Amino acid sequence: MDTGLPLFPEQASTMAGRVDALYLFLIAISVFFGTLIATLVVTFAIRFRRRSRDERPPPIHGSTALELTWTLIPLGIVMVIFLWGAEVFFAMARVPPGTMNVYVVGKRWMWKTQHMTGQREINELHVPVGVPVKLTLTSEDVIHSFFVPAFRIKKDVVPGRYVTTWFQATRAGTYHLFCAEYCGTKHSGMIGTVTVMEPAAFQSWLSGGATGTSLAAAGEKLFTDLACVTCHRGDTEARGPKLEGLFGRPVSLANGERLVADEAYIRESIVNPTAKIVAGFQPVMPAYQGLVTEEGLMQLVAYIESLSGPAPAPAGAAASPSPGAGEHKP
Amino acid sequence: MTTHIGPGETRPPRPPAPPSLTEPPAPRVNYLNVAYGVKSWLLTTDHKRIALLYLAGITMMFFLGGSFAVLIRLELVTPAGDLVQSETYNKLFTLHGIIMVFFFLIPSIPAFLGNFLIPIMIGARDLAFPRLNLLSWYIYMLGGAFTIFALVRGGVDTGWTFYTPYSTAYSNTHVIAAGLGIFITGFSSILTGLNFIVTIHRMRAPGLTWFRLPLFVWAHYATSLIFILGTPVIAITLLTVVLERALHLGIYDPRLGGDPILFQHLFWFYSHPAVYIMILPAMGVVSEVVACFSRKRIFGYEVVAMSSLAIAVLGFLVWGHHMFISGQSTYAGLVFSLLSFLVAIPSAIKVFNWTATLYKGSVSFDTPMLYAAGFIGLFTIGGLTGLFLAAVGLDVHVTDTYFVVAHFHYIMVGGAIMGYLGGIHFWWPKITGRLYPEMWARVAAVIVFAGFNLTFFPQFILGYLGMPRRYHAYPEEFQVLNVMSSAGASILGLGYLLPMIYLVWSMRYGPRAPANPWQAKGLEWQTASPPITVNFERQPVVTEEAYEYAPEENAKIV
Repeated sequence: MDTGLPLFPEQASTMAGRVDALYLFLIAISVFFGTLIATLVVTFAIRFRRRSRDERPPPIHGSTALELTWTLIPLGIVMVIFLWGAEVFFAMARVPPGTMNVYVVGKRWMWKTQHMTGQREINELHVPVGVPVKLTLTSEDVIHSFFVPAFRIKKDVVPGRYVTTWFQATRAGTYHLFCAEYCGTKHSGMIGTVTVMEPAAFQSWLSGGATGTSLAAAGEKLFTDLACVTCHRGDTEARGPKLEGLFGRPVSLANGERLVADEAYIRESIVNPTAKIVAGFQPVMPAYQGLVTEEGLMQLVAYIESLSGPAPAPAGAAASPSPGAGEHKP
Repeated sequence: MTTHIGPGETRPPRPPAPPSLTEPPAPRVNYLNVAYGVKSWLLTTDHKRIALLYLAGITMMFFLGGSFAVLIRLELVTPAGDLVQSETYNKLFTLHGIIMVFFFLIPSIPAFLGNFLIPIMIGARDLAFPRLNLLSWYIYMLGGAFTIFALVRGGVDTGWTFYTPYSTAYSNTHVIAAGLGIFITGFSSILTGLNFIVTIHRMRAPGLTWFRLPLFVWAHYATSLIFILGTPVIAITLLTVVLERALHLGIYDPRLGGDPILFQHLFWFYSHPAVYIMILPAMGVVSEVVACFSRKRIFGYEVVAMSSLAIAVLGFLVWGHHMFISGQSTYAGLVFSLLSFLVAIPSAIKVFNWTATLYKGSVSFDTPMLYAAGFIGLFTIGGLTGLFLAAVGLDVHVTDTYFVVAHFHYIMVGGAIMGYLGGIHFWWPKITGRLYPEMWARVAAVIVFAGFNLTFFPQFILGYLGMPRRYHAYPEEFQVLNVMSSAGASILGLGYLLPMIYLVWSMRYGPRAPANPWQAKGLEWQTASPPITVNFERQPVVTEEAYEYAPEENAKIV
């Protein structure tokens, strides 16, 4: 790009090339049809320009064959685009196994990120090259949108719910992080950087910034401070359901429904416990809406997740700094 | 061939006569000079005078909304937010959007040109409900007053989309006043739509069957369906925003047990069809203009007419394409993506048919035709870039960036406003009884086209590079493209000021217009310029197809 005027953002994730390929295909389609229409309009307008004031060209009625042609050919083309776009979208939506997990909270007007190992960052996110990273995001206030152009990912960050997205960086470097959903006064200041590092450098960054408290450990402290343990004791007499082994397992609700305990379910059960009552329990838990920050909730979720045994741990995803993290190849 | 038969008479149609002989002499009394004074305008029930009242209102709103755009483009010349404060910038783009969408684009062609022309085109004396028509103008002005009140009191900063929970719980600006302004104006749309539908059903001249209607009327029929089916939804949605904001009813705010995504579903259920409210009437104008300036019946008339209805119906099924990354389910996204591709087809069909109409026509390059050709080009780019946004995997990257901004301006400015300007020039002699200066008008049309492309084409690139929309300040690498865009905007602004000047000039100094300066078909050209209050001296009877520029016996079947 030595023209000084780049036409593409950097490609720094496994998804970037796939999105750009679809983009180039659409540009080719657009150039073809745009040129076709422009050429026909200009050619007809000049070739059949009015030559005398009272000229009356013979009328031409429509043609079913032509109408069908220019209905069915575009229809076929847009169906190809649809399938291609859907395929890319599925790849974006399907989180691969073995991700490194990072929790993100959007808040007017900053991004707060928390690593499982306890590192917390503001308007920054450090990730290693070559490792799929899953982001679990929520908002403390209004809707934000987590947008990294170099990765071609964007996800609205909605208050009151968890959303996830993922990426796998392919090139070390520093990339823009933007808030893409209008969120008020300093919307355009809600920006940051994503720093992609070689695995070894990332490992030393992790140990350099270590707080000594993993996300799950911070959650455990909160669990104790909020006295959750008085009810969620884990024995059969307890007033609240046992949390050990809960995460990722099916749960039977009092209304007969069944669901799998994921991050969103656990978060909801803390802020609004009566929304889903576990079969065999009374709706006695107070709501913690507004009493715990979204970051605190994420710590609690990480803690409850850790009670289901160690995560199947790739780099940085384990509850404590993992010696195996450096083994990942770029 | 059309002839004039008085009520009760049973004269057989006369044989065809050359156009110059059928032109009625200009009557001394017409709808403009029949009465003077403020009262004769503010209490009029003449659809033509009401159309001009609308013209006054929407022109004021256009220049108000445009002046906000000027400030936005000035701010974005430099990367730093240095011209206005962030709060001010956010209010500028919010008011630009609200005013241009709800108070200019939506009423523009229907309430001005549609109001003026539909009764004349179908050979009626007025709309079905003349007093309701006047009421709808007053409602529009009342809604506008609310919005200007919000503006004067300090503005509103939610974006024209009013996304929750920002609008209901966090914004400290005049959301309720602006929301009520739009709520009120919606009733004006509903009444206009109702009036058009009843008029087109009940008041067509003898012989004017559905498939003899001008395509302009078909387009307005489709638009009116959206008016009456869609507008109540935005009214309810804005009312619930007001309720949550004022009374803390938990509807959208998750802290009150609401769901912020629900708002987006309701908002786009109206606001996506609203895009077709803006573009369908412009398509109607283009059909009239292309037929007249190539002296041909529109190729595939029936298909073009039906594609308007198809757009109106399919347009209601694609709202979720604004929400691919909002948190709706993956499968919902796929369904909306598929349906969005389908709605592209009737638009493509129209473009192909207009192009085919030129083939073996008698094409002239008067100003309305320049605008129509501009429309076809810009709408094609707008439509094709819509495919980028409908492709869900690609939309993830470009949504909420300047790519979207560029795309919808190609549709709404490149499409709707080009159509509007083309229509104003085409029917200006009919409306005012005066000819505008053709040379100036052609120059202005070229300036608008060039300025428009320079303003908005760089924004496609900016968007793909990742510049988010609604950014007061931006990283330095985006500056070159932003400067290009702002330079284009200044050219575009000049292009819009020129017609304002020469059209006003022509009302007094322009040469007097004959009844049919373009030798066009259609009933509106068979009455005087300007028409008399009841439109026709005698009830017209239609005995021929639409756009019958040459005798049918010469017709060729392709």
